[in-house]
Amino acid sequence: MKSVIQKIQSPITDQAVKALNIGDKVLISGKIIVARDSAHQLFGKNLPFKPRGATLYYASPSPTRKGQIIGSIGPTTSTRMDRFTPDLLKLGVKITIGKGYRGKEVIAAMKKYKAAYLVVPGGIAAANSKYIKKSTVIAYPDLGSEAVLELEVVDFPAIVAIDSKGHDLFVQGKKKYSVK
Amino acid sequence: MREIVAKRIGEVVKKLCVEANTNLSEDVAEAIKKALNKEKSPTGQEILRQIQNNAGVAWREKLPLCQDCGLVIVFVEVGQEVHIIDGTIEEAVNNGVRDGYKDGYLRKSAAKDPVKRGNTGDNTPAIIHTEIVPGENIKIRLLTKGGGAENCSAIRMFKPTSTKEEINNFILETVEKAGPNACPPIIVGVGVGGTFDYAALLAKKSLLRQVGERNSDKETAEWENELLVKINKTGIGPMGLGGTTTALAVQIEKYPCHISSLPVAVNIECHAHRYKEAFI
Repeated sequence: MKSVIQKIQSPITDQAVKALNIGDKVLISGKIIVARDSAHQLFGKNLPFKPRGATLYYASPSPTRKGQIIGSIGPTTSTRMDRFTPDLLKLGVKITIGKGYRGKEVIAAMKKYKAAYLVVPGGIAAANSKYIKKSTVIAYPDLGSEAVLELEVVDFPAIVAIDSKGHDLFVQGKKKYSVK
Repeated sequence: MREIVAKRIGEVVKKLCVEANTNLSEDVAEAIKKALNKEKSPTGQEILRQIQNNAGVAWREKLPLCQDCGLVIVFVEVGQEVHIIDGTIEEAVNNGVRDGYKDGYLRKSAAKDPVKRGNTGDNTPAIIHTEIVPGENIKIRLLTKGGGAENCSAIRMFKPTSTKEEINNFILETVEKAGPNACPPIIVGVGVGGTFDYAALLAKKSLLRQVGERNSDKETAEWENELLVKINKTGIGPMGLGGTTTALAVQIEKYPCHISSLPVAVNIECHAHRYKEAFI
């Protein structure tokens, strides 16, 4: 497992997604969509963003102080979004970002539709807000902190946890360091 | 008899809410530093360094360490010589939480109804535990707890004849199941004994200790060490991406129980352990 640093643009091309391997450190620039539980429930057929090549980040920030772009923002547990993910990948979402495991169906859909799952360490939300240059509410403002956001980011860091080949860093990393 | 105005409790709670969320306690910072010296995985080391960096940014900019600013759990120890006037403890604590979360720009994460959901909008109500103790002071111990780690907690009613090994296996199973979802390196709070409810409270209370502070009972302290070694051999590592630091500490609290019972509760806490205390 040789990990490299990859700079990527979002929305991302199929080719760039396929080049991501588990353990790679990724620096994302461009647009990222932020949505979690309640927004996923409301998505239905009319998505409030263009899915093709999109990056979807499972998060909801703390309130923004006056004069700042956004509050603290870090990932929430991805597993809770698993039931919605295969349909979104089918529509063209290429990257999902969160923390923790993904279910079997999601990994199978990631292989099928060539998508990657990235992890941002949880609980480092103050530092991670610094890569965000702009934040706009694009849907469901009534949801408050769970509203859908479009972020403009520069060199936003994440780690590839599951790649489009279905390799899983949670499994491989654990195996490497477990002591019987 | 000492009179304490209820409002004073609210002011202290407000301050503790903001401090807990923005200022990583020294014991946690020390535990992360120690872990970084021992962590074998380069990715794991990188994550631990990011945790250190985040604490600096949060403190300088008064930003919450984690966007999940948690549900507030308050342990109020009221001296029996204290007379609270002009209000109740419950009102005072909730006023403090409301003000702290508003003025501190902290995320409100309290759902109004567990089934119908909705947000209460001000992060109240807090979970309040009161205890009458000797003396004429009030001690407030405040924990703000994120949902991710709390969701990974578990309880099991063992048989009185169950072995320590069976209990260890349950705790390890809980940690394994939590894996990356609990934001490791985690703190594992364990309550052994009491009743179904009391075991869970003991597990929660164990998290009020300084991180890594061993139980004062030598045998229990050794059990904590034994479990910590086992947990760190799982390979789960920081954020579950593999490594030798899965837990920063295991903290066990015990209590006598019924001759037919042996309840064991495991309360999982993330590395962003937010705890502060104050005296009035």
